[in-house]
Amino acid sequence: MNNKELLLVSPSPHISSGAATSGIMLDVIIALLPAAAAAGLIFGYQALILMLVCVGSCVVFEFISRIVMKRKQTIGDLSAVVTGLLLAFNLPATLNPVYAVIGSAVAIIVVKQMFGGIGHNFANPAITARVVLMLSFPVAMTTWVKPFFYQVSGSSIDAQTTATPLGIIKEGTGEALPSLWDMFIGTRGGSLGETCAAALLLGGLYLVIRRVISPIIPLCFIGTVALFSWIFGQEPIFSVLSGGVLLGAIFMATDYTTSPITRQGKVIFAILCGLITVLIRTFAALPEGVSFSILFMNILVPLIERIGRGKKQKKGEKKA
Amino acid sequence: MENISLELKPARTFGGAKVPHRKHAKNAATIVMPPPKTVEISMQQHIGAPCTPLVKVGDTVKAYQKIGESEAFVSAPIHASISGTVKKIGSLLLPNGQKIPSVIIESDGELLTLEGIAPPQVTNAEELAAAARASGLVGLGGAGFPAHVKLIPGDKKIDTLVINGAECEPYITADYREMIEHTDDILNGIFKIKDILKISCVKICIEDNKPEAINILEQRIKSDSRSKGDVFIVKLKSRYPQGAEKVLVQAATGRLIPAGGLPAHVGCILMNVTSVAFLARYLRSGLPLVSKRLTFAGSAAANPCNVEVRVGTSIKDIAEFCGGFKGEPKKILLGGPMMGTAIYDVNYPITKKDNAILVFNKRDAKARPITSCIRCGRCLKVCPMKLRPCQIEQAAELQNAEALDMLDAAACMECGSCAYVCPAGRKLVQSIKLGKQILREGK
Repeated sequence: MNNKELLLVSPSPHISSGAATSGIMLDVIIALLPAAAAAGLIFGYQALILMLVCVGSCVVFEFISRIVMKRKQTIGDLSAVVTGLLLAFNLPATLNPVYAVIGSAVAIIVVKQMFGGIGHNFANPAITARVVLMLSFPVAMTTWVKPFFYQVSGSSIDAQTTATPLGIIKEGTGEALPSLWDMFIGTRGGSLGETCAAALLLGGLYLVIRRVISPIIPLCFIGTVALFSWIFGQEPIFSVLSGGVLLGAIFMATDYTTSPITRQGKVIFAILCGLITVLIRTFAALPEGVSFSILFMNILVPLIERIGRGKKQKKGEKKA
Repeated sequence: MENISLELKPARTFGGAKVPHRKHAKNAATIVMPPPKTVEISMQQHIGAPCTPLVKVGDTVKAYQKIGESEAFVSAPIHASISGTVKKIGSLLLPNGQKIPSVIIESDGELLTLEGIAPPQVTNAEELAAAARASGLVGLGGAGFPAHVKLIPGDKKIDTLVINGAECEPYITADYREMIEHTDDILNGIFKIKDILKISCVKICIEDNKPEAINILEQRIKSDSRSKGDVFIVKLKSRYPQGAEKVLVQAATGRLIPAGGLPAHVGCILMNVTSVAFLARYLRSGLPLVSKRLTFAGSAAANPCNVEVRVGTSIKDIAEFCGGFKGEPKKILLGGPMMGTAIYDVNYPITKKDNAILVFNKRDAKARPITSCIRCGRCLKVCPMKLRPCQIEQAAELQNAEALDMLDAAACMECGSCAYVCPAGRKLVQSIKLGKQILREGK
């Protein structure tokens, strides 16, 4: 038989929904854009440069890793872009870009590619990179600038530093706390992508509408933080809007690879994320605990997924 | 009858995928294809034991003559679809790699019918099952399960007859045309089975993308004197796989068929619309099953249509009769795009259970690249059996029988919803099939 007549055979099904990994990642990038724009407005060009550096270096590291490991190139799936953006969102706006490149290397090379690339990492690359940077460069990673500092001419950056709202409470610096409205629109100290609650909620809404994420994890995470903050005598709305709760709950804890795939597992995972966050904030030396709680829960995902695994279809006779 | 609606709302089912409808041949009335010059009749036209040929090379056969039979209970006899001479007892390579004997008949151009065919006398359940077996009837919705097996419920009490008119696979309109063109046959079949097996309730299940079929059946039931308000139409949501046995029984009655069980375990008999209509025709005429309506469609079909063909006709002959190909076909399926089988040769013959020939051009045939599972969980959401397809795939690749058992891989019905929605293009059904085999071998 000549080649022209050969028919293709393959196992069923023979059609697909057309969904692709790159499409999902593109949706996440779109959902991150409002917060990225807000960061650019609030913290100026340095925030934009940091985002570009993170995205660029993540993509380059992924490209090089795949070549070195002699694997199929995967930068086309856009997951490295998402990691880069999320990493940048977790950094102070005026951080030296060299640190950002180090963070990207940790995220992509160590956490993602050394474990097999997309779908195989046991922890969220961006969060792990942030934790590594926090522990390695504690001063640089906790130097926060005031919103719109770049518009104030003639003063040095040192004169424009501030503390995050959680830092103000923890260290009792006596600085005035921002109003809830400031916290909602993002004009407060903090990592460049975490401050604007409005933009993060908008992005989250987009992801839920596009069915990229289920609302279970964000709702359970945020709800638990509010509940336990209230139990420990804190202002629940303030607790939810401060630190990285919204960024973490909407964009980091919903990372497919490092969160449970079952509905039941998602609930357990998110509630524990929220609980650990509040416990760290309330009882530990650190002002913020979102990164650590998500990282810790990432590691528990395989265990959580064992729950409900042995539930078989009913066997034998069943009354009609 | 009074003007009340016979429509019932379906019970809740799990999962399901939103597949496109693409019922392009919906409005094409069935055309009957004249008998071809030769037919190749496979001795495996059903689920169960294959038949042994009853004829040898050189024999003259008449149409409707029995040419294949098996002693096994789960099997159905096979009849000659044309009259002529047996040219060869062939060996047909099935797409799954199995080889099955086939009877190749060269037509005499006359279509001589076997003498002495008479309608069977059916007054009780045993006679009904015997008639169903003698007619060669198998599940015409695509599965090909011998019909007489269903009609012998044994010691189980049957209270509901569920009629499958879901036709949830894209493209296929064969059952739809049956509902439009042979509504009376369907009702005759239903009432016959209902009376003989003393079933109290009939539920005809149709997806809501076929309002014309729902309307016509509803009108006929209302004007039928045999109906005593115990025949209902369940308007299913168009969500694949509504037509799958377990999902359909659940939607119609709210009952869950246990693992490894049949509809009879929950008091139901499930039959396809085309199957009951055929049974009614057989009880009237005594002519066994030798032809089948197929939908010919797909991106490489010049003229999507519904065609009634003789069993054993080759795909090539049918395609030529239906107006040929549009461009070069690169992939040919028997059955729907979700569960159908890709065929390796255009000369492959059709069987009783086939309900569609789908032909696709190069663009649609192209295999998509397979990338890593990103654990998005879409496969879990759509699985009608509440399984975890991506984890079963992993366990199958690791040949981990213990994990496969824990994940209940054996419960998979291979509907393909998981692979359909997978953004990584993973061959989940294939892996799960492999996993099921590992489980079977381990036991």
